[in-house]
Amino acid sequence: MSDLVKELNEAVAERIRDGQTLMIAGFGRGGTPFTLIEHLAEHHAHLRGLTLVKNDANESNLGIGVLLARGMARRLISTHIGLNPDAIAMMNRGELEVEFVPQGIFAERIRAGGAGLPAFLTDIGMGTIVAKGKPTVELDGRTLLVERALRGDVALLCADIADRMGNCWWRGSNRNMSVAMGTACDAVIVEAREIVEPGAIEPENVHLPGVFVDAVVQAQPRKHMQS
Amino acid sequence: MNEQESIIVRRAARELSPGMVVNLGIGLPTLIPGVLPEGFDVVLHSENGFAGMGAPLEGGTRDNDVIDAGGRAVTLIKGAACFDSVLSFALIRGGHLDMAVLGAFEVSVEGDLANWMIPGKLTPGMGGGMELAQKARRVVVISRHLDKHGRGKLVGTCSLPLTAPRCVDTLITERAVFRRREGRLVLCSIHPEQTRETVFEGIECPVEVAETLEPWE
Repeated sequence: MSDLVKELNEAVAERIRDGQTLMIAGFGRGGTPFTLIEHLAEHHAHLRGLTLVKNDANESNLGIGVLLARGMARRLISTHIGLNPDAIAMMNRGELEVEFVPQGIFAERIRAGGAGLPAFLTDIGMGTIVAKGKPTVELDGRTLLVERALRGDVALLCADIADRMGNCWWRGSNRNMSVAMGTACDAVIVEAREIVEPGAIEPENVHLPGVFVDAVVQAQPRKHMQS
Repeated sequence: MNEQESIIVRRAARELSPGMVVNLGIGLPTLIPGVLPEGFDVVLHSENGFAGMGAPLEGGTRDNDVIDAGGRAVTLIKGAACFDSVLSFALIRGGHLDMAVLGAFEVSVEGDLANWMIPGKLTPGMGGGMELAQKARRVVVISRHLDKHGRGKLVGTCSLPLTAPRCVDTLITERAVFRRREGRLVLCSIHPEQTRETVFEGIECPVEVAETLEPWE
């Protein structure tokens, strides 16, 4: 058995480079890999031209809000950035390109990317500006949109529990985009709030199998307890 | 909740039937559970990843392990199920959501909904709103009757980018209830303190009136 538990430096160094696409888990704060994000912001602030794929933009100066504020990202693919007025301002000033994707289509494009499917067909967004510019297909008398799969270079996840083989488990509503993202990237780094020995998570309860995971690091306790 | 909002929320609560699976949008709709009878049997779905939402968590923060789609700390009922976003939207698109209750900027008389974007002013993103509006088996929109400029929320044609076309089954305001019949929203119920004149105030498109009006309560 190879032990995937690494120090932060070792897990991140060499893996993240300028211009890459990073998939970052989390819906609001739940499931957001704050330790990995803060490490990038502190030790890799020179990174430029990243494309971030995240459900939301967290909050001003919190989570990916810090990466955006440091000018590390060129592009954000997201579903909702309403809790981060700084990200909205950057978008409006033309400093950040934002692609909004309906949330279920966002999840499904990532799932498709991880499942080896180049694209899928859907009627979500037909008759709205979301359909603009997208290829369509006539099928069984209906016009459907072609939605392309999304893949990333590196996924950053925060599991509630991970074992040393990388098997992951999430509590409550923390799972959100994590499992799909964990399948859709060339490298997957997991910060775990609790690291356990193999077998401590019952096999039937593993949400993301360790075969998808490249490194596990210890998450730091969250220091931003506020409403 | 002010008096008008209370009227809307209480009237909307009456649209729920026991046994339903319901998603409540951010804002006013999240107040509906607070006015349901004690023990009312409904499964509340939260698109960020669970079915079986309970009451808000007293003293909870956005760091709680169970939050709703608006970031509020909430509890789970016994028998709740947690899942990921992929499955959550399979549930929605697959037709397992009996009802979504959503807010609105504009609703057209043909049932188009605009509730996610005001170009140049408000561009937060659509979140899960498009799937909810398009795929819930029934879409109930709740809203103040007039916007802050005194213009009716019910319009002939939406001027704002749509969330989904022809999706609204019921529109509930503090003055009236409109239901979509044969493709058009029809006035079906009037609040006892209102009249046809006050209902049509600010509404600039023709709206049919049902032959028999439903009682409000």
